[in-house]
Amino acid sequence: MPPDDVAHITPTAQDSCRSCWLAVPGLLWMILFFLVPLLLVLAISFASRGTYGGIVWEFTWANYLDLLHPLYGKILVQSLCYATVTTAICFLLGFPLAYVIARSPARWQPVLLLLVMLPFWTNFLVRTYAWMILLRHDGLANHLLLALGLITEPLELLYTPTAVVIGLVYGYLPFMVLPLYVAVERLDPVLVEAAWDLYASRWAVLTRVVVPLTMPGIVGGCILVFIPSIGSFITPDLLGGARSMMIGNLIQHEYLVVRDWPLGSAVSFVLMGIVMAAVVLYYRRATPGDGPLEGR
Amino acid sequence: MKPRSLGLNAVSLLAMLFLYGPIIVLVLYSFNAAHLSMTWRGVTLKWYAALWHDEALLAATVNSLFIALVSTVGATGLGGLLALGMEQMPHRRQQTLEGGLVLPLVIPEVMMGVALMLLFVTVHVPLGLTTVILGHIVFNIPLVTIMIRTRLRKLDPMLREAAADLGADSWQVFRYVTLPLLRPAIWGAVLVAFTVSLDDFLVTFFTAGPGATTLPLKVYSMIKSGVTPEINALSALLLVVSMIGVAGSLYLQRREV
Repeated sequence: MPPDDVAHITPTAQDSCRSCWLAVPGLLWMILFFLVPLLLVLAISFASRGTYGGIVWEFTWANYLDLLHPLYGKILVQSLCYATVTTAICFLLGFPLAYVIARSPARWQPVLLLLVMLPFWTNFLVRTYAWMILLRHDGLANHLLLALGLITEPLELLYTPTAVVIGLVYGYLPFMVLPLYVAVERLDPVLVEAAWDLYASRWAVLTRVVVPLTMPGIVGGCILVFIPSIGSFITPDLLGGARSMMIGNLIQHEYLVVRDWPLGSAVSFVLMGIVMAAVVLYYRRATPGDGPLEGR
Repeated sequence: MKPRSLGLNAVSLLAMLFLYGPIIVLVLYSFNAAHLSMTWRGVTLKWYAALWHDEALLAATVNSLFIALVSTVGATGLGGLLALGMEQMPHRRQQTLEGGLVLPLVIPEVMMGVALMLLFVTVHVPLGLTTVILGHIVFNIPLVTIMIRTRLRKLDPMLREAAADLGADSWQVFRYVTLPLLRPAIWGAVLVAFTVSLDDFLVTFFTAGPGATTLPLKVYSMIKSGVTPEINALSALLLVVSMIGVAGSLYLQRREV
């Protein structure tokens, strides 16, 4: 939490709490429609499934133990892999981009950042659909590769793990660029210059000066990309085949297709556990205030 | 400074191309006369015209706009009051609440969707427009509260103190000082909430019943049943609408007090 918050407190804020009640309706709403449903999911994850798909309120660990089954385990591991690869690619693309933006003329920086963020604010379904057009059998990607003579016949691109990762990188790249930009912007160019003056190689400047000094931004960006990637549903649903399921798809499948609510709830809580671990890591390691919410 | 690295610029350019390429292709092809192939057969507006005559699509649009409107009003009211109330609380409690408000924004949307669905099913509330609106208010409250709080913190406390010193009671301070200063942030929050609601797929997917099909739900089912030029046109329209919403919101927020 930012320590400088104390300075923002108005003097009137400390002596009385006369208007505190204004917060009550909103808080009640969040408790009733956010907290209670989550607790309900938690409770159901320890219940058992009735013969016809309903819930039998008997305490059991069975749903969590079921997740150890290779079938579910595979989806879990696969999701972690997709999210990790996505994070790595976002970093490799996002770092140069953030660096260039942070070192461009000051009046261009907000414009460039806006350009990076703008696609993020458009409909996610639509953006994913755009990739379906590009990647399908007679899509633009295949046309281009054929025209360039790189391939002799169209590749199967859509409905593959590659397509899922492309879609995830596309969706969450802005999350990587923002915190990295903040970190690079804070990095004193003099330090980099000093390294050059001392005859550091390109690689040494990067690994011993730039990366260590921007570490909070790197960790922050990676976590901000990892969180939505691991929980994604639309991307693997539209771009992935039946075998590229992720946790989000498993949850939807258990709830709406199999109608095994207790198992679906257990999967949800495993996902929530992973996400919460990442969030805790974020608040511990990353600089506060670099989140995607700043400057919205 | 340094050996200006060409590589760095090249990768950035590539990243930008990656971000905008698909969107541009999508918009371009929404004007392509060819029915199913990627070959260019000239410019046409017929796919847009076809959308106009799709009754189900119009109904979904009306649903979406209605849901976005009601949930925006609800979330802006509740979230705005929450921000104002929070500001008066002890510092510690503010931090705790702020942490809690981030939670709905970070937990996977799938999870929020199923949790709400379970709640409604458990208490026997039939899924429909109302349940969708209730759900949209849930994810919009934190957005509104955080945006308005950001502005509240930037306000100079002296302004309100001066008004109080001049004899304004707390209502007058709010009405004539705080509220006008917050106005850009409030409108910004309204636009964001409206856009997010209009674009939402997952929470809607789990909380909508029959007769509550929204635009994203419709787009989803269209995509699922195959790629068609009508979807290209519809997608291009949705892209433009959300971009206008965001640009408007940013403009309002950036304006100086």
